[in-house]
Amino acid sequence: MKDPAEELYREEIMDHYQNPRNYGKMESPDIAYHDYNPVCGDEVEMQLKLEDGMVKEAMFTGKGCTISQAAASMLTGEVRGKGIKDAVAMTQSDMLKIIRINPGPVRVKCAMLALRALQKGIIQHEAAKAR
Amino acid sequence: MTLNANRIREDFPILKRKIYGKPLVYLDNAATTQKPRQVIRAINDYYENYNSNVHRAVHLLSQEATKAYDDAHEKVGNLIGAKIEEVAFTKNTTESLNMVASSLGQKLKKDDEIILTRMEHHSNMVPWQQAAKRTGAAIKYAEIDGNGELDMRQMRQLIGKKTKIIAFTHISNVLGTINPAKEIIAAAKEAGAITVVDAAQSVPHMLVDVKKLDCDFLAFSAHKMLGPTGIGVLYGKEEMLENMEPMLYGGDMISEASYEDAKWNELPWKFEAGTPNVAGAVGMAAAVEYLQKIGMQNIQEHEKKLTATAMKKLRQIEGLTIYGPEAPKRGGLVAFGMDGVHTHDVSALLDLQGIAVRGGHHCAMPLAKLLGINGSTRASFYIYNTPEEVDMLADALENVAARMRNPGK
Repeated sequence: MKDPAEELYREEIMDHYQNPRNYGKMESPDIAYHDYNPVCGDEVEMQLKLEDGMVKEAMFTGKGCTISQAAASMLTGEVRGKGIKDAVAMTQSDMLKIIRINPGPVRVKCAMLALRALQKGIIQHEAAKAR
Repeated sequence: MTLNANRIREDFPILKRKIYGKPLVYLDNAATTQKPRQVIRAINDYYENYNSNVHRAVHLLSQEATKAYDDAHEKVGNLIGAKIEEVAFTKNTTESLNMVASSLGQKLKKDDEIILTRMEHHSNMVPWQQAAKRTGAAIKYAEIDGNGELDMRQMRQLIGKKTKIIAFTHISNVLGTINPAKEIIAAAKEAGAITVVDAAQSVPHMLVDVKKLDCDFLAFSAHKMLGPTGIGVLYGKEEMLENMEPMLYGGDMISEASYEDAKWNELPWKFEAGTPNVAGAVGMAAAVEYLQKIGMQNIQEHEKKLTATAMKKLRQIEGLTIYGPEAPKRGGLVAFGMDGVHTHDVSALLDLQGIAVRGGHHCAMPLAKLLGINGSTRASFYIYNTPEEVDMLADALENVAARMRNPGK
């Protein structure tokens, strides 16, 4: 049997947690959306630059548990070049495929924090544009 | 007589479970405890042999169910030194506290004051906030000091003519602080204020006598003391309950009803509208019997030892901070933080070693904020926990610290 700790805290997750990619404040982002999980205090701010309905650049800042921060780091790499409609259409199962762990029903919220922030940010941005 | 935890463990089927192939070390007792066979059997026995509605039909099953249900009130009353009239069954501590807050809340006026402490669980804070909002009453908070103990001097200064209610937790579910309930209640009496005690973390772990405390109300849940979920207790002094309006109306809570109006049933049934949780009551009674057989003082003694050992061992782990006071002012729980490691990672990595603890703000968000933390990891003990399990916790925490400091290993 594989050690379950090795699964959930496998090297790639720990690496993204310890050395987050695309971490920091972007200069004049088109979208900056801060989200927060009150239950555990995990937080992320997703920042995007858009071009022709596509995500041109993605960065984040945040603090929290391994899963929430590793997920944010991995997501920033994944959404670059994606159409914003496709980004908004991403599901929980898409996100879990990116991080390749099964966090279980309680911590799935940690895994989903970054994606939800990104989606809320895009939706808010589009709604403001339509007004 | 001391308590034999290894003997007690035999009564708990769940403690034989393996978690990821490792023996279960259950240290989340402040959230809910496990159930012994005696409790599970009592519930089964009710459903298999005398399931029936209570206080209504005259058939034999109903007679047996009614007797068991009424006896449960007496047994629970006996545990805390109350009469059957003073023991109303509710869903849980939260519902009990809501009943008091919504009912006493109706009598509050603008500028009346409610005193709470900074260490309240949301369930003894939010209902009072709502009562205050409805009436224009004000909430004042008793502060805590650096050790996580109540600042009694400041609390005494808060208590005055305007104070109508003082509601406080007997034992903090985060800090473990045992609050000086008698002293607070005596000070409240002097000012003519009504006292409400959240005893969710005390009644399961120590001898609590409502007459000695002299509190007006006291609330607790069965599931934190070996009983089933879905049943709890509101104790109230007889004259208090007499003067209190019920929160729910309906069957069994009336003595007489017409198309226009109704009269309330006698105590405690006035507060138990609708078909009650009979199985829950039967299970809670079995739990009370089980605990009394062991002896509440023995339970407290056992937890004290475990907690002292845990504090000593955990202190030796680098980067670990324990919140709350020293024994003897602490109940059977230890909440802590690990430098640079999120509480969810600590608790998940403990879980993966078979150890169940709670991580988070423990339903006391303002307190976490006051302590300047997002949350903490909490190990809480009960009758079936052993010193070996405390060692396993300490070893497992060393592993967590090593893993998080040296990623990739």
